[in-house]
Amino acid sequence: MNENIYLPHIMVIDKITVEAPGVKTFRLKFQNEEEGKAFQFRAGNFAEYSAFGEGESTFCIASAPTRKEYVECTFRHAGRVTSGLNRLEEGQTMGFRGPFGNSFPIEEWKGKNILFVAGGIALPPMRCVIDNVLDLRDQFGDVTIVYGAKSVADLVYKEELAEWNQRSDVKLVTTVDPGGETPDWKGEVGFVPNVLDSVAPNSDNTVAVVCGPPIMIKFTFPVLEKHGFKDENIYTTLENRMKCGVGKCGRCNVGKMYVCKDGPVFSKVQLNDMAPEF
Amino acid sequence: MEKYIIKTEQIDAWLKRIIESVPRVLAPVSSGTKTEFRRIKSPEEVNNKSLTTTVSAKAAAFPPVETLFKYQKDGKDTTLTEDSFDKYPETVLWHARSCDAMGFSPLSAIFDWDYKDNIYDERRNKLTIVTFACNQSDECCFCTSVGGGPGNVEGSDIQLTMLNATDTLVEVMTEKGQKLVALLPDIFQPLSEEVDKEAVLAKIPVQFTKEEIKEHVSNAFDSPVWKRQSARCLGCGACAFVCPTCACFDIQEDAHGNHGRRLRCWDACGFSLFTQHTSGYNPRPTQATRWRQRILHKFSYMPERLGVYGCTGCGRCSRACPVDMNLQEHLISIANSNHE
Ligand code: SF4
Ligand code: SF4
Ligand code: FES
Repeated sequence: MNENIYLPHIMVIDKITVEAPGVKTFRLKFQNEEEGKAFQFRAGNFAEYSAFGEGESTFCIASAPTRKEYVECTFRHAGRVTSGLNRLEEGQTMGFRGPFGNSFPIEEWKGKNILFVAGGIALPPMRCVIDNVLDLRDQFGDVTIVYGAKSVADLVYKEELAEWNQRSDVKLVTTVDPGGETPDWKGEVGFVPNVLDSVAPNSDNTVAVVCGPPIMIKFTFPVLEKHGFKDENIYTTLENRMKCGVGKCGRCNVGKMYVCKDGPVFSKVQLNDMAPEF
Repeated sequence: MEKYIIKTEQIDAWLKRIIESVPRVLAPVSSGTKTEFRRIKSPEEVNNKSLTTTVSAKAAAFPPVETLFKYQKDGKDTTLTEDSFDKYPETVLWHARSCDAMGFSPLSAIFDWDYKDNIYDERRNKLTIVTFACNQSDECCFCTSVGGGPGNVEGSDIQLTMLNATDTLVEVMTEKGQKLVALLPDIFQPLSEEVDKEAVLAKIPVQFTKEEIKEHVSNAFDSPVWKRQSARCLGCGACAFVCPTCACFDIQEDAHGNHGRRLRCWDACGFSLFTQHTSGYNPRPTQATRWRQRILHKFSYMPERLGVYGCTGCGRCSRACPVDMNLQEHLISIANSNHE
């Protein structure tokens, strides 16, 4: 008998971090240790998270596969399920199904420079790759991170940002939208695509990973192109609405491509061929 | 394939034996103006004249609402329990049509590509399908244009064809079918001479081929045809609910305090909220984009990704549509158009 693909693992909420107004990170541990030991995933995979009584919601796995003791997810509470998750406390249980989808081709990137560009709540899908790359730091060239949010308060992963900022082997540029700065803000002020332009990234032997709201992605691609990035060296993740995560509920497809199976990671070359439905 | 002849008047005796022997028999039952597959207790309940039920037979393996598991919260802890597969009864689907039986192949393709859906599979495997070949059709039928036909046996375990006033041809395709025959073997006479099955079947002209539709629509993503065809569509989803191949579903919670069930419920790509993000952003913002998804999914994405088409030409969507969107007419117009 096959297993029930809709049956979640029971996870214990080990630690809750408030990242920004309405944004939390949960560190989850498998209640059943055997399930935890057997669990493996790759950077870019996503999962379905349940608040029992409310339903399931889709987010990426935000922690790195190189950190095996736990999985983390970061979410903004907006709908019914995320509000249900938001009410949970440390020590309580919730559901987890995954990992699903494809992953970033990190192996192929070894020896290259990596440019990460993220906006708003889209740092989580990227943090998984960033941590993965930083955990194998000597296998990559320069690492540059450009990250922006609406306001200083909306920046997520403040701890990680501070840590990356300390490192001499990471170039971190943070920015907030005009009007979102505070008197003591030391980063940039401006929209991500413009700030990226002024950073003038070098495209030689460099892979760009872009995650953010559709509008940010749309304006970031031309900037990368201007700085000489080829489509095959640009990657992003799509965040279509998902329910099943396993190619059945019929919700996530972009043309004939299923974000839950063929994605969520796509190269710009693939995107160019895909139906404009994301 | 085994072929037999049975006296038409003896069919009810056989059905009676089936009802006594099999936990669940579903057959077309009429109430008011509607005919639907219902559980029957006696042969008299069956509407033998029904051409097609309003809703297809898919619910026999993919119910409108299905429990995926139950949860019980207890303090900080949660316990999950699955329904035992014993709860899914062995079922005979009686007096289905070829277009019903054919619908299970696309359904299975969706539920079993890559990850296997064991709930669907278990229900499907417990299903024995007895179809009655169609001696008549209506203006919505177009099975012959999508590779089926009124006497097509694909997906059927047994097919019965009324040959004349007294005799019915019995074609047994599978072991499951053979088991039903074995319930009352004496009434089945081996076929002594070839019979002309085709001659008694409904005549349904071929209007186009599914390959032709695939070729046309696969290059027509930006065509104005979607907007034109969907202008009057209400996005009510009726076409998806009645369809034998539509498998889109939602996952919902049925919560009662500390316990409840996680459910899978039929959904439809025609609903405006189907793809809408929490932020309000919707990658398919208009009915035209949703109609395009319906047609492309069935005639382009499914054949390309799963190797099966998502339409058996049963015509149910056309019969159910409150604003008379006729799929066959739309497909003919697509087949005759040039979208370059
Ligand atoms: S799309 Fe319409 S005609 Fe085709 S199988 Fe579905 S209900 Fe029948
Ligand atoms: S049944 Fe008719 S009106 Fe309703 S969604 Fe289908 S095509 Fe549109
Ligand atoms: S999330 Fe259900 S098909 Fe992709």
